[in-house]
Amino acid sequence: MSIRGRLLHGVRPLITAVGLILLWWAITRVSQVPPYMLPDPGSVALALWHQRVLLFWSTWTTFTEVALGLIIGTLLGAFCGLATVFSPLAQRWLMPLLVLSQAVPVFALAPLLVLWFGFGITSKIVMAVLVIFFPVTAAFADGLRRADRGMVDLALTMNASNFAVLRHVRLPAALPAFGSGLRVAAAIAPIGAIIGEWVGSSAGLGYVMLNANARIETDVMFAALFVLALMTILLWVAVDRLLKRVLYWVPDTSAPG
Amino acid sequence: MLSTPPDLAPVSRQDRTGIVIRDLRLCFGNRVIFTGLNLTVAPGQFVVLLGTSGVGKSSLLKIVAGLAKPQSGRVTTTQGTALAGHIAYMGQTDLLYPWASVLANVTIGARLRGEVADAARAQHLLERVGLAERAGALPGELSGGMRQRAAIARTLYERRPIVLMDEPFSALDTFTRARIQDLAAELLAGRTVLMITHDPLEACRLGHQLVVMSGTPATLAPAITLGGAIPRPPDDPEVLRTQGRLMALLTPQAPA
Repeated sequence: MSIRGRLLHGVRPLITAVGLILLWWAITRVSQVPPYMLPDPGSVALALWHQRVLLFWSTWTTFTEVALGLIIGTLLGAFCGLATVFSPLAQRWLMPLLVLSQAVPVFALAPLLVLWFGFGITSKIVMAVLVIFFPVTAAFADGLRRADRGMVDLALTMNASNFAVLRHVRLPAALPAFGSGLRVAAAIAPIGAIIGEWVGSSAGLGYVMLNANARIETDVMFAALFVLALMTILLWVAVDRLLKRVLYWVPDTSAPG
Repeated sequence: MLSTPPDLAPVSRQDRTGIVIRDLRLCFGNRVIFTGLNLTVAPGQFVVLLGTSGVGKSSLLKIVAGLAKPQSGRVTTTQGTALAGHIAYMGQTDLLYPWASVLANVTIGARLRGEVADAARAQHLLERVGLAERAGALPGELSGGMRQRAAIARTLYERRPIVLMDEPFSALDTFTRARIQDLAAELLAGRTVLMITHDPLEACRLGHQLVVMSGTPATLAPAITLGGAIPRPPDDPEVLRTQGRLMALLTPQAPA
C-alpha cells in the first residue's frame, strides 16, 4: 500500500465520523426539533465533559460486566461445544436446553435474573453470558465437526491417541469457526449488560441512560450512548486483532492481491 | 548430496515387510463393493492399483490403513502380524496442517505420539526433497508441487516399511507430477508401496506390478509385471505399450 493509501486507510473512519456529526449538526440547525428530542453535537460534547467522572465510572462498571460475561460465556461456550461433539449423550441432553435458552428472549428473562442475582453486576454478567454463549457453542461445535476427515485419518495412521487428535488436529482446525463465534459474541455482549442495567441497577451506562431519560437530560443520554458505542467498537477491534494474531495461518481472502 | 545420511537409508532388510490381503469383503448396506478379495504385496515391491472412480480402491486402501473395517477377511504383514504401526499414509491431498510450519508438519507424527520431534532429521529430509529453505514457511505459502514434497518428507520421517498412497499426485499438473514421481520413486525405494491411481502413465512409470480393479462387485485382474528400474522414462516402449493395454482394460465399453 502506498503512503497515501495507508494514510487514507487510517483517516477514512475519521472522515465518516466527521461527516455524520456534520449531518447531525445540520439537522438540529435546519429542523425545528427541540433539544430534548435531539440535542446538537455541541451540547452532547459539553455533557460528555461535564459528566466525565460519572461516565468514566459507569463505563468501568459496564465494561467489567461485558468483559466478565465475555470470558465466562466463551469458556462455557467452548465447553458446551466440545461436549456436544464428543459425547452423543451430552448432545442429546444439552442441545434442547441450549435451544430453549435462546428461545426465551433475554429481555423476558431480565426481571427474573435481577430478582435472583440482585441489582449488582452478577445479574448483568449472567445476562451477557446468556446472550453470547450460544453463538460461541454453535460455531465451535460446527468447526469441530467439520475438521478435515483426511487430516484426522492421517493422524490415526500415525498412531495418535484420540486426545492427541483433538489437541493437534480438531482443535486447531476448529479455531477459525470458534473465532467467528467470538467476534459475534464481542459485538453483542453489551446488549446483555445494558438490558440488565435497564431492568434494575445502581450503576453502569444503562443506568445513566435510564436516569437521564427520566430527567429529560437527552444530551447526557446521547453522551452515554456515544461512550457505549465507542466501548463496543474498541472491544470488537481488540478481539478481532487478537484473533488475527492467533489465526495467523488463515488466509484473508478479502484482501486484494 | 555427498552421501546418504544414515537416517535416510532405506528401511533395513530385517524390518522389511509386505502386505497380505485375504478374503476381504466390504458392503455398504446391500451393495457389495467386493468379496473374496486377495492380494499380496511382496516386501520392497511398488504395486499400483488402478481402477475407475467408485470401484472401491480408496475403500480397500482405507481398510489396509486400518481406517475402515471390512465385513470379513483380514489384512496382515507378510509375517502374519497386524499392520498397525508399520504403515505410512498419503492421501488424495497433501493433508499438511495449515497452522503448522513445513518443518512442524514433517515431524507431526512425533508430536501426535507424544514423542520429542527430531528436527535435525526432518531438516535432512527437507533437504532431500529440495525444501530446506522453506522449512519455516506455512503450507499455504507453497506451490502444489512443494506441498507434495513436504508430504513425502513427512511420510519418510515416519520410518514405516509400508507406504500407502491414495492418488497422491492427482492434483498436480502433468509436468510437476512427473518430477514428483521421480522423487517419490527414488526416496521410497526399498519400501513396500501400495499406490492407487487412475493415471495409466503414472502406474507404468512407477509400478513393479500393476493390478486392475474393476466390476461390481469389484475383482482384481492378474497383476501385470513390468521390468526395468523405476521410475521408467515416459517414452520407454514397455511403458507406452502397457499404457495402451491399461486404457483398453479401463475404458468402459458402454457410452459413459
